Amino acid sequence: MSYRRSLALQSRMVADRQAGLIPDLLLCGEHPHVITLGVSARHRRANVLASRSVLQSRGIDLYEAPRGGDVTYHGPGQLVAYPVLDLKPERCDIHRYVRDLEEVVIRTVHEFGVEAARVAGLTGVWVGNDKLAAIGVRVSRWVTSHGFALNVNTELEYFSLIRPCGIDGRGVTSLARLTGAPVSLDAVIDALARSFALVFDRDLVFRE
Amino acid sequence: MATSVLMPQLGESIAEGTIVRWNKRVGETVDRDEPLFEISTDKVDAEIPSPAAGVVTEIRVAEGETVPVDTVVAFIADEDDATDGPSPAPADLVPEATNSGSEPAPGRVLTSPVPSPARGPSRTTQSSPIVRRLAHEHGLDVSTIVGTGDRGRVTKEDVLSAVEMGDQESGATDRVEPMSVMRRRIAEHMVASRRTSAHVHTVFDVDFSRVEALRMSHKTAFEASAAKLTYLTFVAKAVVDAVQDVPVVNSSVDNDSVVYRKDVNLGIAVALDRGLIVPVVKRAQDRTMAELSQGIGDLSRRARDKQLNPDDVAGGTFTITNPGVFGSIVGMPIINQPQVAILCVGAVERRPAVVANEVVAQTRSYLTLGFDHRVIDGAVADRFMGIVKRNLEQFDESLL
Repeated sequence: MSYRRSLALQSRMVADRQAGLIPDLLLCGEHPHVITLGVSARHRRANVLASRSVLQSRGIDLYEAPRGGDVTYHGPGQLVAYPVLDLKPERCDIHRYVRDLEEVVIRTVHEFGVEAARVAGLTGVWVGNDKLAAIGVRVSRWVTSHGFALNVNTELEYFSLIRPCGIDGRGVTSLARLTGAPVSLDAVIDALARSFALVFDRDLVFRE
Repeated sequence: MATSVLMPQLGESIAEGTIVRWNKRVGETVDRDEPLFEISTDKVDAEIPSPAAGVVTEIRVAEGETVPVDTVVAFIADEDDATDGPSPAPADLVPEATNSGSEPAPGRVLTSPVPSPARGPSRTTQSSPIVRRLAHEHGLDVSTIVGTGDRGRVTKEDVLSAVEMGDQESGATDRVEPMSVMRRRIAEHMVASRRTSAHVHTVFDVDFSRVEALRMSHKTAFEASAAKLTYLTFVAKAVVDAVQDVPVVNSSVDNDSVVYRKDVNLGIAVALDRGLIVPVVKRAQDRTMAELSQGIGDLSRRARDKQLNPDDVAGGTFTITNPGVFGSIVGMPIINQPQVAILCVGAVERRPAVVANEVVAQTRSYLTLGFDHRVIDGAVADRFMGIVKRNLEQFDESLL
């Protein structure tokens, strides 16, 4: 799904969720190559290392995204998950929400034999010194959107175009790199949905 | 009357927020609940609705600035400002507020403030958890506060003005705080246990010298491959092994029957900021020291991170509580129903002991067994504790 379309879809779903027209949703998918800037990157783009023309020549779009966080990359082989959840009434704590998202990823990759962890002060999910999943969230009247991006079979060299999340001295990794073989995205979505249901105490209904 | 707009607290552990965007400028009108600004904290961008309808008269915190929770970030005034009696707005705001009332910006028609939404006959109070907590902190019941927010919602301002009024009326100092759900459940559980079991306690003085020595010599190797090697891990292992010899301590009472449980599902009491919880290490009898320590470490971590699943706290057959870490020497614990025994570990510390007629310093701890005299007699409890003591004082190094 194009990034632009995912923005439009999410903004509609957030409005519908706020109005109580739809249940909680978890959108999963992949984006074409795109670099997105969170609100922390709005006033300075120092963490985008490649020039606009370089990005253009490589067919990479650049978007400002209404989510928390700095800059990140999305592309084929990376699973993006965008929960549209109403956190009211019992989960109105955005730190808890972010820690819960991390827990979902930690449990998901655990099913593939990967032991990932949190790093205090550096939101996201890490394996050693490398980031496996990035988080950037928007909350509007306690309805969430945006979410996290988990590198499954991501071509990691694309991250060299940016300084991921504006953090120096750390790298990125993927499930495929950690397990030594490509991983089925559908299998990850399946594990992810189950972990998500468990952590957030929701029942699952799958829709194409 | 001017309304001050505060930096909201969007989570228990959040102390500050960064304003990343103002959706309104000074002089612009805003409706109640219309997005007024966006804040960012820990990778979350949150859109904050306006607490009142009116005109933005002052913006105190610029985009990009970070301020503590509850800092005033802006003021919103309605048109009645001048006639509305004493205003809580600070003095430096008054000229500007008056200005915006008498001299609207060119081309802009000031809309009338939106009237308060009519409240229906039923006062089912709506409020956010943060507002409810604020009310609790001030000993107020949210349902007694008149809400001025959307559909009668009680807002932070409503609570604060109720507090102000309360202070003026009574000058009361006692704080009434309704129990949290967790508090209520602990209370019910403890009283029910006292009512159910015939509690008896027996205290054993245990020499931890060998455990201490083993811990020191194996710590590095153990912790490289497994989790932390704590005294609690040794105690857990000693208890689980002793249960094999005295299975009744791992039973429960079902009417007129005693149910001897096949598995030792070991509950570990974990203290939390606002209570305690007892996650359970399942099938502890099949676990090595490393697996026990991993299990305990993982559960305590997830208990503190609020990541436990219902399954993690279910099915316990025996509980260990460890107030020694807080300095307690001897505890007298209440049994965790429907179990029949609970072991309490006092502080493991150096103290004098008599060995071969000499007073020497030793690392020791008082272990207490709280047991249910309905099914466990004193002699049986003491036999169990004797085995736990022996397992610890002569700890089998090959288990490590």
